[in-house]
Amino acid sequence: MLDVIMNFFRKPKVASKDIAANRLKVCIIHDKTDGSPEILEMIRNEIIKIIDNYVEFDRDALEVNITHADAADGKTVSSALVANIPIKRVKRIGK
Amino acid sequence: MGEIIVITSGKGGVGKTTSTANIGAGLSNLGKKVVLIDTDIGLRNLDVVLGLENRIVYDLVDVVEKKCRVKQALIKDKRFENLFLIPAAQTRDKSAVSPSQMIELCDELRKDFDFVVIDCPAGIEQGFKNAIAGADRAIVVTTPEVSAVRDADRIIGLLESHGIKDPVLLINRIRIDMVKRGDMMNIDDILEILAVKHIGVVPDDEKIIESTNRGEPVIADSKSMAGQAYRNITRRIAFPDENIPFLDLEPAGGLRGLFKKVFGDKKV
Ligand SMILES: Nc1ncnc2c1ncn2[C@@H]1O[C@H](COP(=O)(O)OP(=O)(O)O)[C@@H](O)[C@H]1O
Ligand SMILES: [Mg+2]
Repeated sequence: MLDVIMNFFRKPKVASKDIAANRLKVCIIHDKTDGSPEILEMIRNEIIKIIDNYVEFDRDALEVNITHADAADGKTVSSALVANIPIKRVKRIGK
Repeated sequence: MGEIIVITSGKGGVGKTTSTANIGAGLSNLGKKVVLIDTDIGLRNLDVVLGLENRIVYDLVDVVEKKCRVKQALIKDKRFENLFLIPAAQTRDKSAVSPSQMIELCDELRKDFDFVVIDCPAGIEQGFKNAIAGADRAIVVTTPEVSAVRDADRIIGLLESHGIKDPVLLINRIRIDMVKRGDMMNIDDILEILAVKHIGVVPDDEKIIESTNRGEPVIADSKSMAGQAYRNITRRIAFPDENIPFLDLEPAGGLRGLFKKVFGDKKV
């Protein structure tokens, strides 16, 4: 708890315009993907096609999401495309 | 054949009506024949911004319902040669006009005018659809705030899905002092996020409020920064091949450097 408070006070002041720009980027990514789950579904299907060449996996369990997390610098929020692919077996490839 | 330009934004109060009035007056000062259409039915504003509110006889709804001929509804601005207004109806609502009626009207007007400039209402519903229906291109107005830029992004997407390609951005109400302190997004921040080109930047300027009080477009004020910004914007609209440098905006020396720092090398 004390740590949290100390960190809070130690944080260098971020220009409010950078906070604005960052929040805006996240909003817009949200707006574009929330409105069209089809985009995520298309990405999911493409990933399945590629992964299928290399590993055996549980198709129904394959999840693709966009997450928003505080970046390591603690100042910004970053958005990431996260795919969770439970692998059953790696296929034997090539030689 | 004239060109149809819609001035839109998504968010209200960012400066669509002010921009429509000034771009119209500016184009007419450049010798173009211009008609402005106020499509904000029920919330008519463009007439007062232009100081033409006492001259309205017929309005947009009368025109599309064919209660009068188009020519009868055109209010001529006496201060600007070849500038006309078709005002919005005040006592009807957006559903009184349809997109196909707007397309028909725009196609008729483009035979007689160099530019038809359409002032769009806020929102993304019927009024927006009417305003963009007949447009060839779009100017999206935003202020340097999160909510306005977010709405601009949404509008850019909608314009493109309606077949209006490459909308350009007009950034309004920039405050140099705040940008310099890092308390307002600058032009590069906004353009990077929206991934569009911009047609100009208008500073936040008291002169806009003064001139709106008088019903005179600020573009006529040769000393105001906002007026200069709108003069540059209209030149870019009228003469797209001409390269209009942004530095003309600042009166002298020291401030110029500052302006350059704030706006980067982008045009204002
Ligand atoms: N660059 C500016 N500087 C100062 N005030 C402005 C500026 N642009 C617009 N305004 C003021 O902001 C208000 C909203 O502008 P308006 O053009 O009516 O917006 P919209 O049509 O998008 O709703 C008006 O009172 C107008 O005078
Ligand atoms: Mg308006």
